[in-house]
Amino acid sequence: MGGLDDLYQDLILDHYRRKRGEGSLESPTVAVDQNNPLCGDEIHLELNIVDGRVTEIAHTGEGCSISQASMSMMSEALVGKTLEDALEVVEHFRMVMHGSEQGDEDRLGDANALEGVAKYPVRVKCALLGWMAAKDAIQTYQRDSEEVA
Amino acid sequence: MSTAAAIDVVALRADFPILSRTVHGAPLVYLDSAATSQKPTAVLDAMDAYYRETNANVHRGVYELAAEATSRYEAGRDSVARMIGAPRESVVFTKNATEAINLVAWAWGVRNLRAGDEVLITEMEHHSNIVPWQIVAGITGASVRFAPVTPTGELDMDAFEGLLSERTRMVGVVHVSNVLGTINPVAEISRLAHEQGALVLVDGSQSVPHMPVDVPALGCDFFAFTGHKMLGPTGIGVLVGRPELLEDMEPFLGGGEMISNVTQAGSTWADLPWKFEAGTPPIAEAIGLGAAAEYLMAVGLDAVRAHEIELTAHMLEALGQLEDITIFGPRDPAARGGAVSFSLPDLHPHDIAQLIDQDGVCVRAGHHCAKPLMRVLGVGATARASTYLYNSREEIDVFVRALGKARAAFK
Repeated sequence: MGGLDDLYQDLILDHYRRKRGEGSLESPTVAVDQNNPLCGDEIHLELNIVDGRVTEIAHTGEGCSISQASMSMMSEALVGKTLEDALEVVEHFRMVMHGSEQGDEDRLGDANALEGVAKYPVRVKCALLGWMAAKDAIQTYQRDSEEVA
Repeated sequence: MSTAAAIDVVALRADFPILSRTVHGAPLVYLDSAATSQKPTAVLDAMDAYYRETNANVHRGVYELAAEATSRYEAGRDSVARMIGAPRESVVFTKNATEAINLVAWAWGVRNLRAGDEVLITEMEHHSNIVPWQIVAGITGASVRFAPVTPTGELDMDAFEGLLSERTRMVGVVHVSNVLGTINPVAEISRLAHEQGALVLVDGSQSVPHMPVDVPALGCDFFAFTGHKMLGPTGIGVLVGRPELLEDMEPFLGGGEMISNVTQAGSTWADLPWKFEAGTPPIAEAIGLGAAAEYLMAVGLDAVRAHEIELTAHMLEALGQLEDITIFGPRDPAARGGAVSFSLPDLHPHDIAQLIDQDGVCVRAGHHCAKPLMRVLGVGATARASTYLYNSREEIDVFVRALGKARAAFK
């Protein structure tokens, strides 16, 4: 599979085989569904948010190795972050996928290994699925808390 | 089954320029003809010649060029009509099969469906034969019902008959499933539907390119298919309608070309089929589609179908050797078309398509515009390999070897 080495690195396949954060939370603060209309991937993402910080992330659903590995890496990268920081990391990851920023391993963690996906435009959507779900979840939470306040 | 000469794949492949290219350094193995077919030189040349030699608008000018353009455009219609055994006035050119179905949904459905009426379709429809009916149901208050698919991927005819009632006004059914390959008994379905007073629309996008189809003999009222899956260009499709129904229907789109007379007080419509062809039509595309129909008739649709059965038998057998593979749809090659969907427990369809692309193999991964069917099958997506007259047994072997290699790499 010569040319695909950067797409299917060991670290990515490891996250695909042993997904971090797979499962459900008891009573999540916020939960969202996201799907990729092009390929049929469907995911469900749950966050616990305490004092403006993401404390737990869990996900279920199905998808290709890239979308599932990316979801797993996202779960590790965002947990413990404030909502603002988490949104900033999501945006950074998005820019990396679009080839507009160099990946910053300090912020992305293992997800930095996905940098090579940017070379495969049809797979960028796969890699972004979980991250867009996280952004949607955080923004949904922020909107709802504003309405309450 | 066939008196036609068997297809000489090696000789025939020379007619398709794209088949000699490589992908990632490997010879192209194109197994996605259910999505779109490749084009023979005869089609490319016919379209090129129109633009180079006779480009003019049709049905307007009195000058020689316009007359030649019109005659080539209408000759395209004659070729298509001959291929499917339908009278030329029943052959309406549209943009694609989707537009052909939308034409019926809007021009017939909006004016004839009422609250309480039902449109009966099947769980194996392509989105193009689901969504237009949902939209029109939303406008009219009619409802859309789905006849179920059996675990072996066939239409459940008992359930279909159970759902058919005097409330059913339209039955929409795919002739050959783009996911399962299933060939539906559309003549029987038409008979049953007509007993209840319902009309029948058949989506023939996956049948017309691959087998002899005599549309009037099916007994349906409307029949839709597309050009680009039958060696023709994109941008042109066909709606075949029973002439008396088309006569009774109001136009779908209004504009130039489709009128008899226009006054400030109102307008009257052109004769069939032009009443349904508003605006400048896809002229080069109709000429290209005509060339495609002529090419297929010259090869012989019996021979095309016999070749498909042979390749499908080989495909089912070769894929069947793979451990833990799930193959969807009927297993009898003679009872199905050449699109074979499958899944592997350890490799997502997207990864399959990406990995074997490295070996030059093109297969489709995804929901194939049939999300309700994916839900029935209990999967989010499948991989699908689909053959056509230019594919060989050897290409199927290359594909199955690439699949084995991809699997090993992912272990």
